[in-house]
Amino acid sequence: MSTVVEIIDAGLAVSVQDRGRTGYRNIGVPVSGALDPVLMAAANALAGNASEAAVLEVGLSGPSLKALSGTVRVGLSGEMGAQLVNTRGQVLNVAPWHTATLFPGDVIRVGGVSHGVGYVALSGGVQVAEQLGSRSTYLRAAIGGVQGRAPRVGDRLQCDAVRGDPWLEFRARAPWHHDTGPIRVILGPQEDHFTPDALASFLSKPYAVTRDMDRMGLRLDGEKLVHNDKGAEIVSDGVAPGTIQVPANGQPIVLMADCQTSGGYPKIATVIRADLPRLAHVRPGDELRFVAVSHAEAAAALREQVQRLAEWVGMIQSFRPPGVIDEAALYGANLICGAVRGDEWNLHGVNLQYGAHHV
Amino acid sequence: MTIELAHPSARLLSVGDSAWTVEFGNGIDPAIHGRVLGFSSLLDTLSSDGRLDGVVEWVPTFRSVTVHFDPLRTDAMALHDLLAELAGRSGSVSAAGSRWHIPVCFDAACAPDLDDVAAAKGLARDEVVRLMTETVFTVYMLGFLPGFPYLGGLPEALDMPRLASPRKVVPSRSIAIAGRMCAAYPWESPGGWRLMGRTPVRLFDAANARRPALLAPGDQVVWEAIDLDAFDALERDCAAGRFDLSSLLKEGEAA
Repeated sequence: MSTVVEIIDAGLAVSVQDRGRTGYRNIGVPVSGALDPVLMAAANALAGNASEAAVLEVGLSGPSLKALSGTVRVGLSGEMGAQLVNTRGQVLNVAPWHTATLFPGDVIRVGGVSHGVGYVALSGGVQVAEQLGSRSTYLRAAIGGVQGRAPRVGDRLQCDAVRGDPWLEFRARAPWHHDTGPIRVILGPQEDHFTPDALASFLSKPYAVTRDMDRMGLRLDGEKLVHNDKGAEIVSDGVAPGTIQVPANGQPIVLMADCQTSGGYPKIATVIRADLPRLAHVRPGDELRFVAVSHAEAAAALREQVQRLAEWVGMIQSFRPPGVIDEAALYGANLICGAVRGDEWNLHGVNLQYGAHHV
Repeated sequence: MTIELAHPSARLLSVGDSAWTVEFGNGIDPAIHGRVLGFSSLLDTLSSDGRLDGVVEWVPTFRSVTVHFDPLRTDAMALHDLLAELAGRSGSVSAAGSRWHIPVCFDAACAPDLDDVAAAKGLARDEVVRLMTETVFTVYMLGFLPGFPYLGGLPEALDMPRLASPRKVVPSRSIAIAGRMCAAYPWESPGGWRLMGRTPVRLFDAANARRPALLAPGDQVVWEAIDLDAFDALERDCAAGRFDLSSLLKEGEAA
C-alpha cells in the first residue's frame, strides 16, 4: 500500500541516495549514491527494505517527516537519533540504530549526525522518480533526488505502508563499526609519477583531513607528495570514487561519490571499496594513514564486509516500545523477540540467504 | 570504418579494486584515439553477447578506456588478462560517428572572449569565426560535467592558454577553447576556457534516457554561425521542446 510522508523540516545536507547511477560515466555522469553503502544497507534492513532501496542521506542535521497516510516504518543508521511526536502529543525518543513507526499525523524529528553521515530509511524506500536508472541526487546537473534537488519543506515523498505488525519496532544488537587501522589502497594508476620518497611518505606518514570536504572529494594535508620529472599534469583519464589525485601542490585529494568521471592530475592510489565508506565519517583534523594491498586482499576484505553485514542484519531484533507495552502484554509475546530479518539480502549486488527465524 | 591490426601493446593500470585503465598512449592524438574507439567498440560487441560478466561500464578518454567492474562478480586478475588480450587485437576505428551541424551564435553577447582572442592572435573577428565554423571537430571524450565534450581539431591559429583566472560562472551552452581543444558547457559552471560563442541547443537532457548526451565519443561536430535573433528564437524552441535534434544531422552524413 502506498504511503506518503511530508517534509516539515528539510534538515541540512540531506539528499536522496541509493546505490548510485552506473552506465552513464562514458558521457560524464558521476555515479553519486550513498557515501556509506554499508550504513545505507543497515538503515534499510532495519526498515525491512532491500539493501539498496533509496534512503535519505543526512550529512549534518536530519529532516522532520510527518506521515500523511498509512503507517511508515523509519529506520535509522549512523550516530543519529530522533524524536517521535505522536498525535496524542507524546514525545518518544528514538535511539540510533532503531526503527520508529509513524501512524498518520505522527511526526519524526531526526536529529543531527554527530559526525559523518547517517541514513533515514522509509518502509518500501523513498520512491522519487528514477532518472538514468537511479534515484541518487546529483545536484550539479539536477539529476535524481526530488526533481533534481534536495528535499524541501512541503515535499511529499512516496513510500510503502508497513507490512505486518505496526506495533513492533526493530533495533540492531549493536551499532555497526567499520574496520579500523590504515585505509587500504591499491597503488596506481599513476604511482610512477611520484618520487620514491613521495611513495614512502604516502604509505607511512599521517595525512590530516582538512575542512575542505564534500560529496565530491576530501582534501588532505600532510608531507608533500613530490612528482618526479613526469610532472603534475597528465592527459585526463578515468577515475573512480576512492581515487587519490595529487595536484602540483603535492597534497592529496580523495575523490568521493559525486566525483567527475575523469581527471588530469596524477593519481597515486585508489582506496579499496571495503574502506571507502570509512571516509564518509572522518572529521577535520583526523589523521589518515594508508597501506597498499593487493587485488586479492581487497576482494577478500569486501567479501568479509558483506558477510559481516549479513551477520549484523541477522541479529536485528524486534521489540515492543514502552508506549505499547500494554498492547504487547495483551499479545502475550516476549518483549524481546529473536532475529527477524530472514529476507533475501544483498549488498553490492550479492544475494545472501539467512536462516534467521521469524517471529 | 578502417580496421588496422598489429599495434604496440597497451598498458593496464589499476584504478583501485574495481576498475582497470587500458592505456593506449600518453598524448592527444587521432591515432591513439582510434585505438580507444576500436577497443570500446569491441567491448560493446562482447557485452551485448553477454561475454563481459561483472563488467559494469567503460569510459573512453583521449588515450585510454577505464573499465569499471564488480569485484564480487569477477576476479580482478582474470579480467586484467582478458582486457590485455582484447587490447592486443581490438584494432583501430578511424571512422567518425555522426556528424552534427550545431548552430552557434558568435555575437559578442554570446562570446565574451572572442574579440580578445582575435586581438591576441592578430586576426580579424570574422577570420576567427571562419576558423571556428570551417573546422570539423572530433569528439574525443565526455567528462568534467555530464555531457561535456572535449573536441579535437582546433586550428593552431586559435591556440590560446586558459584564462589566468577562471570565471566563477560560465553560461550554459557556451562554446569554449583552450590549447588545441574546443568544448561546450552543457551546464552553468565555473570554468577557465575562453568563451567563443553559445549554442541554443541542449547538450544534455536527463529525461532523454536513450541518449541523454547529444554527442558521443567519435562523433564529428561543425559549428554553424547564427545571428542573435536566430539564437533567441531557437533557444525558445529548444526550451519549449519544439526542436528536433535529428535536424542537426545532415542527410547522408550519418555514419
